[in-house]
Amino acid sequence: MSVPFQPLAVSAFTATSALGQGLENQFSALAANRGGLRPNDFSSAPLACWIGRVDGVEEAALPAAHATWECRNNRLAWLGLHQDHFLAHALDARQRYGAARVALVLGTSTASIGATEEAYRRLDADGRMPPELRRPAIHAPHSLAGFVAEALGLEGPCLTVSTACSSSAKVFANAERLIRLGLADAAVVGGVDTLCDSVLFGFNALELVSPEPCRPFDQARCGISIGEAAGFALLERIDAAPRAPRLLGYGESSDAHHMSTPHPEGLGAELALREALARAGLRAEQVDYINLHGTASQKNDEVEAALITRTFPATTRASSTKGYTGHTLGAAGILEAAFALLAIQRDLVPGNLGCTTLDAACGPQFALVNEPRRVEVALSNSFGFGGNNACLAFGSAPA
Amino acid sequence: MTTLQVQLEGVGLWSAEMADFAALQARQQGLAPAAPPARPTAAALPANERRRAPDSVLLAVEVAGQAVAMSGRTASELACVFSSAYGDQLISDYMCATLAQAPAELSPTRFHNSVHNAPAGYWTIATGCHAASSAISAGHASFGAGLLEAATLCVAEQRPVLLVCSDIAGHGPLGEMSGSRIAFGCALVLSPQPGMNALAQLHLTLQPHAEDTLQPGPPTGAWYEANPTAASAWPLLQNLARGGGCCTLAAAPTLALQVVLEKLA
Repeated sequence: MSVPFQPLAVSAFTATSALGQGLENQFSALAANRGGLRPNDFSSAPLACWIGRVDGVEEAALPAAHATWECRNNRLAWLGLHQDHFLAHALDARQRYGAARVALVLGTSTASIGATEEAYRRLDADGRMPPELRRPAIHAPHSLAGFVAEALGLEGPCLTVSTACSSSAKVFANAERLIRLGLADAAVVGGVDTLCDSVLFGFNALELVSPEPCRPFDQARCGISIGEAAGFALLERIDAAPRAPRLLGYGESSDAHHMSTPHPEGLGAELALREALARAGLRAEQVDYINLHGTASQKNDEVEAALITRTFPATTRASSTKGYTGHTLGAAGILEAAFALLAIQRDLVPGNLGCTTLDAACGPQFALVNEPRRVEVALSNSFGFGGNNACLAFGSAPA
Repeated sequence: MTTLQVQLEGVGLWSAEMADFAALQARQQGLAPAAPPARPTAAALPANERRRAPDSVLLAVEVAGQAVAMSGRTASELACVFSSAYGDQLISDYMCATLAQAPAELSPTRFHNSVHNAPAGYWTIATGCHAASSAISAGHASFGAGLLEAATLCVAEQRPVLLVCSDIAGHGPLGEMSGSRIAFGCALVLSPQPGMNALAQLHLTLQPHAEDTLQPGPPTGAWYEANPTAASAWPLLQNLARGGGCCTLAAAPTLALQVVLEKLA
């Protein structure tokens, strides 16, 4: 019983990052080359680096009915759900299809570990978490999806995907399969990751954090800047939203190489890319824009630049937007899917902020500055620790 | 309501008292199988990786290796889904304790081993698997949601899938939150088509708004209640050991997954 892949409508989407809350703030910052990185003012101990912090998270308290889920990561989720009328779109889908027919698949790398870190800084005399943080649901990877399921009143299949930095790209694939097999009629997908000591000091220990704002694909790049973000998308069959942009395909693969270093020839990344193109029925030259993973780590950018250079013609434009937002880890997939969708809707290839002198491995595809141009097909690359790769293909609705 | 049909080709299992699926079958027959070693062998890992790998990885790789061996398939050809309610709680406990005391001393190796997809990473590296691999979580429904995800992938893509569900024992303040006091892992190899190695057929059907059915009963003190993944997998494991039966698992708080197991001749 094989069911063929059909494109899905992305009938609503939203993103919140260091560039601001909602799509209009994302787009205006990209259009004006206004980055969102700032000197680190977040970690519990000093760490000299730049971060992509979202303003307003601390003020986005959860309603009393959801108090058991209270933590900074779920506040960012709550803040993100309220942008671009996404909450209303999701509730409308629940109304139209029924709560059990709308799936929820969310990606996160660290969920609300920030709350667990806080509890460990404030252990009581018996070495236990302080009473107000003794809430088991927030000390688990499923905290984000558990909260959002409750907040949206969804009762369909509900899953957390946590594959490091590919997490919230892969959610599109999980959701598409559920809809294709008739296990759901629609899906809310997305992801949220917030800044926390674990990732700031963890990437610092791996010597991957840049002391200056990150410079993806620059010859002189010296590591990543960590950011935070929330993003969501509503996927439905095309007949429900024929004018909406579409998920055309996706590819998923494993490097089978190393836990924290990409395959030197980009084998897994290329497999994911080829699968996404094949599933979408696209040739490389039909791709107008690629939002790259482009973390500004030495290895990622070297490998990804070589892959783009050998695969695409110069008419395919490519850039990393991590110079704007930082690397938002488990939320990078959905944030950069939103950038790819914005490129399609607003006809803008965003420039590669932070890069002044391209790495020698970069071909003519790299867009250093903004390029207004028609974008009908856009890809988004997301690669994670453990060699976990995903590539998404989006397209405009036919004219 | 859509029913997914998949063939079961292999089963892996490990707990402090049962080294594999055969031990579970023996126990069900009233026998007393030999207890396994203190740590899972995880024979699929090269020796140097086995020394470096954290407990969560050893456990997941152990049961994955058992299930794939029983299926007779080649590990590198299987897409894989690794499900865990809590991931590596020992590393999370270490990291939170270190970050509270001396954040600059955080171990880089433990950090990269802390990702939820560490078992998927070690497994795909050890087996040379380039197929899609995933690491998921669904709280106390991590087993049922994992089975739904693996069967969905298997049927939608018409390819065999390895499902691994495992949780180690917790420790420290975080262990108090997880309530996971023992290690437990199980693995299934699912195939979309009947084949020579099929052991049983699974029919999976979603039952929405099933909060009443999914209400957990009062604790009985059974061993599997000390691990949330063991507790949620137990109804299906019993049927597997018996060779058939119907059970209801939680795929989400109010979403039940009815699993009918038919043994093949």
